[in-house]
Amino acid sequence: MIRVLIRSSAIDVPAELDLHDAGGHGASASFIGRVRGDDGLAELFLEHHPEMTATGLADLGHAAADRWKLSALTLIHRVGAMVPGETIVLVLASSPHRAEALAACEFLIDRLKTDVMLWKRETFADGRTRWVEPREGDHGRAERWEQPVGGG
Amino acid sequence: MALDIAYFSWVRERMGVGGETVDIPESIGDVAALVAWLATRDDRGALAFAEPHRIRAAIDGVMMGPDAPLSGAREIALFPPVTGG
Repeated sequence: MIRVLIRSSAIDVPAELDLHDAGGHGASASFIGRVRGDDGLAELFLEHHPEMTATGLADLGHAAADRWKLSALTLIHRVGAMVPGETIVLVLASSPHRAEALAACEFLIDRLKTDVMLWKRETFADGRTRWVEPREGDHGRAERWEQPVGGG
Repeated sequence: MALDIAYFSWVRERMGVGGETVDIPESIGDVAALVAWLATRDDRGALAFAEPHRIRAAIDGVMMGPDAPLSGAREIALFPPVTGG
């Protein structure tokens, strides 16, 4: 089962985990990205492109399913305004064996940073706003997957 | 040539609109030329497109490089590098 979603309201992690687990899997890897309240951050806003963001997430999900033997995949990305502590992204990847589940999970989170049309804007308690710049290293991590990596 | 252009993130903020239909000169053949032309068109374009290396593009929903031709394009999206995840 591949479940790929964009949500503008809170991601219910326990409910998603239950849904993902319903089939019973040998090995499940998870990644939960949350809003950090660094430097007095009051709000994080995720801008997206309605069609291209959905297509980009679906393409990533299918790329992972093509590359590893997955029994289930959940990929949910939040958009819109959120506050520190809220979940931005949830990745659940399951397989009969741990190596494939872990690799697929890491692949998805690395590629999310570089391949999907999403932009973060931070608003701080004093009213300042700034658009987050890509981090050096994000592209390096994403490009590793161009080469065969163990577990593939 | 009339072209629908969509802007995202700080490109959108600096342009002041999420998108517009722009009549571009026939001489503008590719993404890089369009970005350079937008930068000279008015003050908001100068602000948004002062650093072309920070601009990414998609034509009709597909990511494209600066040398991608505009011929046949219906919509072009211009935006900074993505920061999701």
